[in-house]
Amino acid sequence: MNLHEYQGKEILASFGVRIQRGLVAHNAKEAVDAAKQLTAETGTGWHVIKAQVHAGGRGKGGGVKLAKNLKEVEELAGQIIGMNLVTPQTSAEGKRVHKVLVAEDVYYPGDSETNEFYMSVLLNRGTGRNMIMYSTEGGMDIEEVAEKTPHLIFTEEIDPATGLLPFQARKIAFNLGLSGTAFKEMTKFVTNLYKAYVESDSNMFEINPVLKTSDDKIMAVDAKVSIDDNALYRRKAYAEMRDLREENPIEVEAREVGLNYVDLDGNVGCMVNGAGLAMATMDLIKMAGGEPANFLDVGGTADAKRVEEAFRIILKDPAVKAILINIFGGIVRCDRVAQGVVDAYKNMGDAINVPIIVRLQGTNAELAKEIIDNSGLAVHSAVQFQEAADKVKEVLS
Amino acid sequence: MSVLVNKNSKIIVQGFTGSEGTFHAEQMIEYGTNIVGGVTPGKGGQEHLGKPVFNTVEEAVEKVGADTSIIFVPPAFAADAIMEAASAGIKVIITITEGIPVADMVKAANYVKDRDCRLVGPNCPGVITPEEAKVGIMPGFVFKKGNVGIVSKSGTLTYEAADQVVRQGLGITTAIGIGGDPIIGTTTKEAVELLINDPETECVVMIGEIGGQLEADAAKWYKASGSKKPVVGFIAGETAPAGRTMGHAGAIVGGSDDTAQAKKKIMREHGIHVVDSPAEIGKKVKEVMG
Repeated sequence: MNLHEYQGKEILASFGVRIQRGLVAHNAKEAVDAAKQLTAETGTGWHVIKAQVHAGGRGKGGGVKLAKNLKEVEELAGQIIGMNLVTPQTSAEGKRVHKVLVAEDVYYPGDSETNEFYMSVLLNRGTGRNMIMYSTEGGMDIEEVAEKTPHLIFTEEIDPATGLLPFQARKIAFNLGLSGTAFKEMTKFVTNLYKAYVESDSNMFEINPVLKTSDDKIMAVDAKVSIDDNALYRRKAYAEMRDLREENPIEVEAREVGLNYVDLDGNVGCMVNGAGLAMATMDLIKMAGGEPANFLDVGGTADAKRVEEAFRIILKDPAVKAILINIFGGIVRCDRVAQGVVDAYKNMGDAINVPIIVRLQGTNAELAKEIIDNSGLAVHSAVQFQEAADKVKEVLS
Repeated sequence: MSVLVNKNSKIIVQGFTGSEGTFHAEQMIEYGTNIVGGVTPGKGGQEHLGKPVFNTVEEAVEKVGADTSIIFVPPAFAADAIMEAASAGIKVIITITEGIPVADMVKAANYVKDRDCRLVGPNCPGVITPEEAKVGIMPGFVFKKGNVGIVSKSGTLTYEAADQVVRQGLGITTAIGIGGDPIIGTTTKEAVELLINDPETECVVMIGEIGGQLEADAAKWYKASGSKKPVVGFIAGETAPAGRTMGHAGAIVGGSDDTAQAKKKIMREHGIHVVDSPAEIGKKVKEVMG
């Protein structure tokens, strides 16, 4: 589950990680009030107005702006709230901005130069351990750093039995070229950051940039935080941070009825049991000349109710021109699924206005085909995987 | 021969008396699997499905000589169940449970690593050696006995592959469902290695999906091994967009090297017979086995 920058920073701060401070505003007036309050609390003169959407590259799309006085705060907040922010990570339509973070200016002049670093905490799938990835090249696209100057990216792997050890935190601070106060600040920053990662059940932290200020403080200026969905049951406070407006509405609805659905751009909807088979079915649709409109795993119990819910979800996408149902019946018997399809079809009446191809294989597959073929419904049936592909090709042409 | 499980395996079910555990234990017993008992803390001393229930895995090892365990314990307690099995001396721990928090699996995988045991899964369909032992949730009738080994991250796609192989008049030595989570006990490489080293297995089917490096590691190992046994490969998710998780928590394209295209290229370069269509797995196996 992805969080907004302000929510991620809230979590970091609760574990003692120093952050660039800020307040959330939903309109221009709130932004001005927030700016005033922030100046009173932090002494900041300028303010940064940052769009709060679940997408990276916000600055590139004009979603992060510096305001040098309250009039500019009002203007810029007014412009950003309500805009459709287009970034390299959003679709062409962009993402609607509902709120901004009014943040303190942390690039103030002082005794030393400011310096930006990159830091993330994530799972190394190869070793099954968490690692801290960091670089002296902060504030820019890390993929680009990895490509052009891979020697400037460092990793530190953490032994689950001991957690992050003090020497590891020191090594990170040394590798980032720090000394004195900034060095001490960095070891504390890293230690608390890792603690926050583990204790919040996160599966990704990306802090870009981590800033060394001109007075040698180390702080998170941005925060991309993602919490492990499997652990939300024991992190209720974080679970409540979910912002459904940031998610695809059809996917939200599917999740509510217990279906695993991902919206895609194609024209052939599919309903499959099992994630791997669902992906393979999407691939087969493409090979048959179509484009998958979705990923949908109906899971182990494909009865009439679930099939009907799945139909309704798939048909919400107006681009769908055909639906392929691919069920490998193991414990679920195919004849039950077939009856489910027939019942759902009858219940929904005219709501189903695209051709349906049903491929049922496994337990009682032949009986299932008979049920479909004798139903009198406009449903194409298949038993073999290839047959299903051929039928998709047929209905698309 | 076969790998991981056979007719002599002494199998216990952790989470035996729960609804999932009960349902699948019944199916496994019906298949002829040697289930010697089960574990449900607090229900020790009872009998369930005609088998003894124990409070701890340790007790099951002592009293009935259990050496293999299948876990149906709910996600919040599953990592603990894995570590309990490893601590008690169980040699093969097959974890079916889906949805275990990643942080719990980091701990469990680390715990298991230094002990003399093998973890399969979690979030997997289990392992089947046809006509000997079904230690999982797969439909047993699909898997006929033969000489083809199967390794797969996905449940229903394993059944699909087995079905296609059987339709070609061939059969299965052992099918291993390794699971689709970011952290799993037995990797693709380890499972392929087990099957390549099994004298009865003449061909291996390796089914992967987008995300991670497991298939690339397996392909590199295979070429370096110099094995003459053919391997047929398929990677699901060619059409999946980057950055979106496709059902399995591990199935997400993170970079340019874990897309379906990149994986298939590496597999081909390392001597694996890759099919682009999931409908052609069986046909390809028949072809390479001559």
